Amino acid sequence: MIVTRFLASREAILLGALVALLALIAIRFPAFVAPANLLRVFNDTSLLIILTLGQMVVILTRCIDLSVAANLALTGMACALLNVAMPGVPVVVIVAFAVALGAFLGAINGVLVWKLDIPPIVVTLGTMTIYRGTIFLMSGGTWVNSHEMTVAFRALPRATFLGVSMLTWIAVVVIALVALVLTRTPLGRAFYAVGGNPNAAVYTGIDVGRTQFWAFTLAGALAGLAGYLWIARYAVAYVDIASGFELDVVAACVIGGIAISGGIGSVGGAVLGALFLGVIKNALPVVDISPFWQLAISGAAIVIAVALNTRANRTRGRVILKSAEHVT
Amino acid sequence: MSIFRTMMTGVAAAAMFAGGAQAADVRIAMVVKALGNGFFEAAGKGAEEAAAELGDVEIIYVGPTAPTAEGQIEMINSLIAQQVDGIVISANDQDALVPALKKAMQRGIKVVSFDSGVAKDGRNLHLAPSSDALIGQTIIKLAADHLPDGGKVAVLSGTSTATNQNSWIAEMNKVMGDYPNIEVVATVYGDDLSDKSYREAQGLMQSYPDLDAIIAPTSVGVVAAAQAVADAGKIGEINVTGLGLPSEMAGAIDSGASKSFAIWNPIDLGYSATMLVHELIEGAEAAPGAEIQMGRMGAITLDDNNEAAMSEPFTYDASNIDEFKSVF
Repeated sequence: MIVTRFLASREAILLGALVALLALIAIRFPAFVAPANLLRVFNDTSLLIILTLGQMVVILTRCIDLSVAANLALTGMACALLNVAMPGVPVVVIVAFAVALGAFLGAINGVLVWKLDIPPIVVTLGTMTIYRGTIFLMSGGTWVNSHEMTVAFRALPRATFLGVSMLTWIAVVVIALVALVLTRTPLGRAFYAVGGNPNAAVYTGIDVGRTQFWAFTLAGALAGLAGYLWIARYAVAYVDIASGFELDVVAACVIGGIAISGGIGSVGGAVLGALFLGVIKNALPVVDISPFWQLAISGAAIVIAVALNTRANRTRGRVILKSAEHVT
Repeated sequence: MSIFRTMMTGVAAAAMFAGGAQAADVRIAMVVKALGNGFFEAAGKGAEEAAAELGDVEIIYVGPTAPTAEGQIEMINSLIAQQVDGIVISANDQDALVPALKKAMQRGIKVVSFDSGVAKDGRNLHLAPSSDALIGQTIIKLAADHLPDGGKVAVLSGTSTATNQNSWIAEMNKVMGDYPNIEVVATVYGDDLSDKSYREAQGLMQSYPDLDAIIAPTSVGVVAAAQAVADAGKIGEINVTGLGLPSEMAGAIDSGASKSFAIWNPIDLGYSATMLVHELIEGAEAAPGAEIQMGRMGAITLDDNNEAAMSEPFTYDASNIDEFKSVF
């Protein structure tokens, strides 16, 4: 019973698609599916996973956050500048600072959506530009380069524990925490309730705006964390970092079966959606396909995944009153 | 073209240094895109060097606080009123400055544009830092110099549609006959995004395990490739080279991921432009085909548009990186 339910679930379909994709890549480049390489792909996708989980929570509440990549870039630049200005500050403090600043930037979105009732897409489109502009103001348009950052600052994502990099571990911890919040806390249930049926949520005593505020704040905190990790991993900070990445994040959510109309989605789906994109991104450079085709291929993969998702998602209509047709 | 953009975006801190002999016979004004930009401060140093060599020259270094054509037009009008003998300018707009500079030329002021050119009517001659052909020859030479026995190199470019990178790569391919032992195994595109460039570099290392060098003629790509090589533990096996800024590449030179890279030298550029305008003031004629001396930098021959390229890009390595990393 449980097995058949799982096999019919979106996650199972997505997992199947992911395995099929890996098999397809293995035909052209067998080394890709070596365990060490798969771990590397997961590591590379960690940042996308962290952001996708934040975005998922926002989408669950019928909102969208287009400012995640700008938030990431702003927080990352702030961390880099902090590190340059005060090299003595321990990395733990910088990580805490990143999460706090990210949460604050997310909370700005949340307050605007909650208190001013502006559509989330407009709010976050605005804050996206504001955050990017702020990076320019902070940095004066110049880069923060690897030799200006301290060794400890750059080392955290690369440090290994039990043979696996900290970046991967952090992603695993974030997955576990978000899963815990969504399934085991009142706030987690509220996210689903608000997106599933806002009117009914109000009647059960849930404050819709407040719940959306927390969703944005959570997404912001995760974007902030990813901001530090991004800068430390690529060892460079500049205004345009991660530009356009918000679209990858939304695409990962959609592939992962998170309904844009809110209320439907799971942590497993979001992670698989991000991994699906991550595998494509990492495979395209090695399978020797013309770069001119690469964009079209990754775009097509998204469209196909979404098309399959919406088909699987469509609930059959039910005839409630059979006799009604014959009454007249 | 991000190298360019990074150079041009300067902090708006005003820094003005005018010096030289008080009773100078010849006064040359250097008008830069904006004050507080390390690249132009370095060009200003070059101009001072030329003035010291010539002896009777006073340099007036000016520029607007924000990189606008309007600000530069004001400067030019004020310089005309001051009756300077020559103007050396890097234009914020190639057409907007023409009327003001025409007025200057009518008053007998010699005008040389450098770095960013002015349309033909608005200057006596234009000095480009380098030419497509010279850059193409330099990037392959950088890789070949460290591969005496030949080897496999790959190119990591910006976007697949970038005009400048494509023409540099085309020029590079033209001279591949001079390097019979060197094989260019692939050209990939990192789209000037650090994450995609990093991933493409990883892909290159996977697809070609015996790769010897990565040539990245883009400042974002070269930094990301150096980081990817360092993270893969392949320092010493794979040399990352190409075009980059000393401040951004200092970390990669320190770690050994990059043995050398190139970019035009702003000091030489300021020096050469000043020498050229001085030659014009002394009576040299700027006409197609004319050969004009520029001190220690040799001579240029003007083409049909009265334009010339200064030299091949300047090579930076462990011996001079510390001197230049704080400059630009």
